[in-house]
Amino acid sequence: MGVEITTTRIEDAAKWAKQSLVEKASNWGRKFSLFSYPFVTACCGMEFMSVAGPKYDLARFGAEFPRFSPRQSDLLMVVGTITEKQGPALKRVFDQMAEPKWVMAFGVCASTGGFYQNYSAMPGCDQVIPVDVYVPGCPPRPEQVLDAIIILMDRIQSGRGHSQLRTKREDIIAAQQAGEIVE
Amino acid sequence: MAQKVLDGLLKHHGSAVERTGSQHGDEIAWIKRDQLLEVARWLKTDPSMLFDAPVFVTAIDWLDYRPLNRPPSEAWAEGKPRFTVCYQLRSQTHRHRIRLEIELPETDPRLPSLSSLWPAFDWQERETFDMYGIKFDAHPDLRRIYMYEEFVGYPLRKDYPKEKRQPLVRRDDLPLNPIKAPGHGDR
Ligand code: SF4
Repeated sequence: MGVEITTTRIEDAAKWAKQSLVEKASNWGRKFSLFSYPFVTACCGMEFMSVAGPKYDLARFGAEFPRFSPRQSDLLMVVGTITEKQGPALKRVFDQMAEPKWVMAFGVCASTGGFYQNYSAMPGCDQVIPVDVYVPGCPPRPEQVLDAIIILMDRIQSGRGHSQLRTKREDIIAAQQAGEIVE
Repeated sequence: MAQKVLDGLLKHHGSAVERTGSQHGDEIAWIKRDQLLEVARWLKTDPSMLFDAPVFVTAIDWLDYRPLNRPPSEAWAEGKPRFTVCYQLRSQTHRHRIRLEIELPETDPRLPSLSSLWPAFDWQERETFDMYGIKFDAHPDLRRIYMYEEFVGYPLRKDYPKEKRQPLVRRDDLPLNPIKAPGHGDR
C-alpha cells in the first residue's frame, strides 16, 4: 500500500476526509481521554489547580486525571517558567512519554519566556520540545485553557498534532525507502 | 542605635576599620579584608557584642556606577574598588545590628569565608560566588548553587550581557549556540 504526501492544509483536510475509519475512531478516543502530566514550575500552577478543580472542571473534556508519571500520560502541560537549567529535565520528561503525545504551553512564560528576558529563563519551552497549543496570559484565565483543550481536541481528531505528523512523516520516509511512494 | 558597636570596634580593632558610616539607621564598618576573620570572631564571641544571628551576605558591583546628580563626564567610579561584599549581622541578646563591608579590587576578588563562624553563611556565600564570582577562601564547598556547572561567567556582574543565555539543550532543529546580534537575546 502506498502513502500519499500532503503538503497543504486543504490537501490535509481532504486526506482527513479519507482517513480510515480506524484512525478516525482512535483519534476520537484519544481526544476524549487526554491524560495530562502537569509539569508545574511556577505561579501558573494556581491557575492549573483552578481549571482542574470542580468550578471549571477539566473533567468535562475527559482530561481530568493528572498522571504524575510521564509514561502514563499523553498531554504534557508545561505550566510556568522554564529555566535553562530545567531544559534537560523537561526534554527527558517529554522523551519518556509514549506516542502519540501532545504538549500545551500554559501561560506566557512557557510560551515565550514572558517578562523573564534574562540569563536564566528559557524563551519558551518550544526551544526544547515541540508545542501543539500555546495559551497566552499571565496567568491564563481558565476559559482560555478550556479553549486550548478544545482546539487541541480538534487537532487530535484531524491528526495534526506534532507527534501524529511526525509518525506520518516517518511512514512516508519508510515508504520512500521501500520504493512504494505515490505522488 | 548601634553606635556602641562601632565604638567598641574602633577601640579593639581600630587598625582593621577603614572608615565607618551610618545609613537608614544601620551602622556600617568598612573592614580590611586581611583582618576580617579576626574582627568577625571578636564580634561573635565578645560578651558585649555576641552577634549570633547572621542576616545576609551579598555583593555589590560598582562598575560604571555614577550617582544620579553627577554629570556623565565625571568618572566617579574611577579608582574605586569594583566590588563590595556586605555582611549583615544581628545580635539576639543585645538587639543590635552591624554591617561589615569589605571592598575588593576587580583583579583579585577574594576574602576569607565567615561560614566557619556562622554556618548559615555557607549557602549565601556560594550564591555570592555564583552570581558575582567573589572567591571565599577556606569555604568548605565553594561551588555554583543556582546556575549549572556549564555556565560561563557571573550573571549579576554588570558586564554580563543581560539577555545572554547559555542553553544546555535545544530542539534538534534549533541551534544550541545561536549567533546573536549585539544587544539582543538568544531568541
Ligand atoms: S505566565 Fe505569569 S502566572 Fe504563569 S508562570 Fe509566568 S509569571 Fe507566573
